[in-house]
Amino acid sequence: MISADIQTMMPEIVLAIFAMGALLAAVYTTKDGMAPLLTWVTSGVFVLLALWIGTGAAQTVTAFDGMYNNDGFARFAKVVILLSAAAVLLMSQEYMQRRGLLKFEYPILVALSVVGMMVMVSAGDLMALYMGLELQSLALYVVASLRRDSVKSTEAGLKYFVLGALSSGLLLYGASLVYGFSGTTLFSGIILATADGYSVGLLIGVVFLIAGLAFKVSAAPFHMWTPDVYEGSPTPVTAFFATAPKIAAMAMFARVVHDAFGGIVGEWQQIVAFISVLSMFLGAIAAIGQRDIKRLMAYSSIAHMGFALMGLAAGTAFGVQAMLIYMAIYVTMNVGTFAFILSMERDGRPVTDINSLKMYSKKQPLMALVVLVMMFSLAGVPPLLGFFGKLYVLRAAYDAGLGWLAVAGVIASVIGAFYYIRIVYFVYFGEENDGLDGKMPPVLWITAIVTAAIVGLAWVPGINLFGIETIAQAAAATLVN
Amino acid sequence: MIGIEHYLTVSAALFVIGIFGLFLNRKNVIILLMSIELMLLAVNINFVAFSSFLGDLVGQVFTLFVLTVAAAEAAIGLAILVCFFRNRGTIDVEDVNVMKG
Repeated sequence: MISADIQTMMPEIVLAIFAMGALLAAVYTTKDGMAPLLTWVTSGVFVLLALWIGTGAAQTVTAFDGMYNNDGFARFAKVVILLSAAAVLLMSQEYMQRRGLLKFEYPILVALSVVGMMVMVSAGDLMALYMGLELQSLALYVVASLRRDSVKSTEAGLKYFVLGALSSGLLLYGASLVYGFSGTTLFSGIILATADGYSVGLLIGVVFLIAGLAFKVSAAPFHMWTPDVYEGSPTPVTAFFATAPKIAAMAMFARVVHDAFGGIVGEWQQIVAFISVLSMFLGAIAAIGQRDIKRLMAYSSIAHMGFALMGLAAGTAFGVQAMLIYMAIYVTMNVGTFAFILSMERDGRPVTDINSLKMYSKKQPLMALVVLVMMFSLAGVPPLLGFFGKLYVLRAAYDAGLGWLAVAGVIASVIGAFYYIRIVYFVYFGEENDGLDGKMPPVLWITAIVTAAIVGLAWVPGINLFGIETIAQAAAATLVN
Repeated sequence: MIGIEHYLTVSAALFVIGIFGLFLNRKNVIILLMSIELMLLAVNINFVAFSSFLGDLVGQVFTLFVLTVAAAEAAIGLAILVCFFRNRGTIDVEDVNVMKG
């Protein structure tokens, strides 16, 4: 019995043991001298685990008396998390090494936070969810303040810590009320307890839970930490924040609202729709005034979370499918965009001001094209990949009778297109200034070109978005039935 | 007779004090850490009260997990705070303002 349970969560155990072994190995050998090698090895382990999970048997298994699920939904989220974390680690190695930031703890902390994320998306119980969430958060607080000697980085860590702890508190308070009024912490038990009516106490608990979850996905009105943390953290860490933790938090959100509260869709639907609309508009409008590309990407991610939540607000299997597709597309675009942002430097020093992009197309025509593709895709211009993500969530919202939400989404996406297109304008038509160096390390160059090719060519007939539609459909079907 | 609602009221009051401490406090980051601790302990009271009311042990197990994680969280928070103090020379909440907007 117990051995079957352990077998179910083998990938997490392997990764946790790898992280602890790597920590010991690095401490007893050359410490930071091991860091470049360790970064590559960790990234390799992520890819291997993604292959292992992705090619595993397509079945739904629950372990530890329902506390832990291994279903299609969890596997989809885990594969995306692992691959994006691997890509970000590879991209950060060169950048951090050149600035003396590459400590051996970095890949280990990332590995530990990925363990937390994998537990989060598989959790079938409020306790498992909380433990996974905290494992992820505690590791992320530390990587946010990785640059110990910088005021900005430690301030980012401090702000992230305080607001992250607040959100954990809200989530826990909600969890305690849900436990008290349904008598169990198991998702399968909660959905049974709500089958014939629910009390006001449970509803208050759900609201607190959703508020805590909205903090983690950085949806408005719980987004305050995002711009500061994105700006203050070292850029590779920002790239990591924008990808893997977002999918994990969003998948956990979907898991909680469907697995535990799938019986009272009407109650949480309006809250999620409200958060979604607020995030889309706040992300679109607040980004217009930003001059720092990392802050701009923070607001952009708030807006994108609003769109992903729109799929969730639909409350249907198609909505979850649309959300999964949207998140996978969002991560692909962000990896490509951050590959470019990581290469932005002048005289060997990183710059984040968007004015430095002016007339970049003269120095690097190919890379300027990559920026153009990425920005148009983030804005949702057809026929690029970002457009299809938006199409899916809008259709999900419309099909679920949330026509007003879909209309609001279209308006927000038009407003948001302004600041993406302004970057393209700077790259191609801005007045000339001293600008960027224009050199690009090979790993970043390859990542940017590959993601731009994926984003630019997904619409070609025969590629069909790389078959993600059917995979996401199967994944969503295991969550909502 | 002290019923479940009394415990819930106490824990709700503590939780709200914790949240207010987090937002209204303008003095010291240490007070933020204390407020966070207060919130988590309010949650623990809730769990234990419900656990005893329902006659179900799960709530108390959850409390032990929360206590453990809260200790780890406080350690990490203090470590980040020490790093911040080394760079900034102060831990006033008003001075945590290098980035704005």
